[in-house]
Amino acid sequence: MRTLIRSAAALAAVGLTLTPAAASAEPTPSPGAATVTKAGTSFLTATAIAAGQPVQVGASTGDHLYWSFRAEAGQTHEIGANVAFPKGRTGPSTWTVEVFDGLRRRQACTAGAQTPTADATATGVTLGCTLRRVRPWAEPWSGDPLPGTYYVRLSVTELPEPDLGLPIDVDLLVSVDGDGGASGDDGKLAAPLVPNTRAGALLTAEPTPEPVAEEELSLTGWLPEAGSRWVWTTAGGVLAAVAGVVGFALTRRPRRP
Amino acid sequence: MINKSRSAAVLIGLLATTALIGPAPARAGDDTPETPAEPPKVELVLDVSGSMRARDIDGRSRISVAQQAFNEVVDALPDETQLGIRVLGATYRGKDKKQGCLDTQQIVPVGPVDRTQAKAAVATLRPTGFTPVGLALRSAAQDLGTGSTARRIVLITDGEDTCAPPDPCEVARELAAQGTRLVVDTLGLAPDEKVRRQLLCIAGATGGTYTAAQSADELTGRIKQLVDRARDTYTATPTVVGGAAECANAPLLGPGVYTDREAFSEHRWYRVPVRPGQELRASVSVALDRPVNPDYGVLLRATATDGRELVRGVDAGSGRTDVISTGLRWSAAEDTPTPSPSGTQTAETVCLVVSNSFAARPGTQVTPGMPVELTVDVVAASPAPDGPDLGRGWALLLLLTLAGLVTGLVTGLLTRWWVATWREN
Repeated sequence: MRTLIRSAAALAAVGLTLTPAAASAEPTPSPGAATVTKAGTSFLTATAIAAGQPVQVGASTGDHLYWSFRAEAGQTHEIGANVAFPKGRTGPSTWTVEVFDGLRRRQACTAGAQTPTADATATGVTLGCTLRRVRPWAEPWSGDPLPGTYYVRLSVTELPEPDLGLPIDVDLLVSVDGDGGASGDDGKLAAPLVPNTRAGALLTAEPTPEPVAEEELSLTGWLPEAGSRWVWTTAGGVLAAVAGVVGFALTRRPRRP
Repeated sequence: MINKSRSAAVLIGLLATTALIGPAPARAGDDTPETPAEPPKVELVLDVSGSMRARDIDGRSRISVAQQAFNEVVDALPDETQLGIRVLGATYRGKDKKQGCLDTQQIVPVGPVDRTQAKAAVATLRPTGFTPVGLALRSAAQDLGTGSTARRIVLITDGEDTCAPPDPCEVARELAAQGTRLVVDTLGLAPDEKVRRQLLCIAGATGGTYTAAQSADELTGRIKQLVDRARDTYTATPTVVGGAAECANAPLLGPGVYTDREAFSEHRWYRVPVRPGQELRASVSVALDRPVNPDYGVLLRATATDGRELVRGVDAGSGRTDVISTGLRWSAAEDTPTPSPSGTQTAETVCLVVSNSFAARPGTQVTPGMPVELTVDVVAASPAPDGPDLGRGWALLLLLTLAGLVTGLVTGLLTRWWVATWREN
């Protein structure tokens, strides 16, 4: 019986350690993060920011403001933006925050006010967008979110023309949820979706055929990739062994004192 | 679990580092940044026409507000930035429109700025003549010269062009379509409707911004921001390429960023060689640099040389925007390429075709075409993962534990039965 209790205690201990650390989903700036006071005006000139780094920038109504951030597999990003209007405007305006991946493909928002409309009398508007969780791998033909660069574009889509050019103050924060390491999916993207921003070089001729690379024989090639599956399965094996011993012990005749 | 806590530790470490050293650069490919030979070049173009006398900004005249702003901008100028100042309507006092419309001078040449000299030159300006915006833009583009990096013009005016033709907006579009990348940012001082339309058109045609400045602070802050932006972004310049009307004679592109022009309903073809085991990544942005009907779309297709479609990227939109973009990935199926007898493998040529579904409004210019930005990259392919040989999750642990328990019980019972039988015999 003592063995049984001991095994149960061991099991509980294993269970406790395996419980994932509670992910922090607070949309607050990281403590001590430097505030970014710039914004780009195109995909090529987007200002790089990091998750948790607050952005505060003054701009004109009608500007298209671009920022970019890096995402890793397993992360879920939430974008929150606040546009303040220091001056009165003549009519309602519709604002939008759009997100594109490194290949400039539009990314869906799963939650958040992506295109809110502000009344003429409003002093500000709040925008939000929660992205899908970044997958470690996806087929080339799919549009699933993949690790790499993401672009955020903040702009006004509908407004009375006289309001163009008026000053606005923009606050933006990209927060991240998930530790990026453990993800439910398998596979790995060979190169993250980070755009090549160098000026292109035209080729003069088609590249010559190159010799086929000899496939290297590797002894461990057949093994699954290192990852949390190894940990889970090993823990399962240990538990099974312990449970086996416990089961065996249960069938023993109780010893007479 | 080891994995998890380690990643958490790494993440915390990363966050701490980020907090200490600021943002991590988003572009990982820039390990060896090419140091461009050219410094950033900006020219401020200031309207000094008669209307700048009006005292309607915080009770001060428009020209004095502009002069104060220029002084502050010159003081705060980053050392590496080369700044020039050009004025229009500053000298000719007469009534002859023909002569008044040639009135534009460069009072500070584009180069390393002598702060005292620049301020002195600005201080002597008095509102005088006509407003030849088109001519001033053309001259400013010449002042900035040609080169591989982007140039920026900041146009500050309070009145519409009084000298068309040339129409300043057409001049801007023509300048933007030339080889050198040129951005015109416009600032309207207490602008009316006509000025706003004109400045919006100039800014839109060159990918610049428009601001209505109604106070000295706004004007100063905005010019400083634009000068800083010029320094931060002037190196991002794509290579100019001309797409073909069909795949066979299309330009062959290596990895990088390209720019082209595409007219309404035009198809532009490019070719990219992709070796087996490589993945093609392409994205395209078409800029809306002129008024178009509110619904529009862009289509990027990758086809084989025989015309078979491999993959497409598509996006559509509605309403006001600057560019519409899409992208695609493609890699050859893993089993298809059979090595040729000689033991070599050839690169497959993939054709890319960019098309758009913009509709011109009546009166919209159709030439030159709209700016197209194309990025091409060829990276290692990411093959589909094998089926998982190992498991994960609480259900797996429970199942294994139960299986172990049952096995233990059965083994125990069998042992008891066997021992009992053995003892009896």
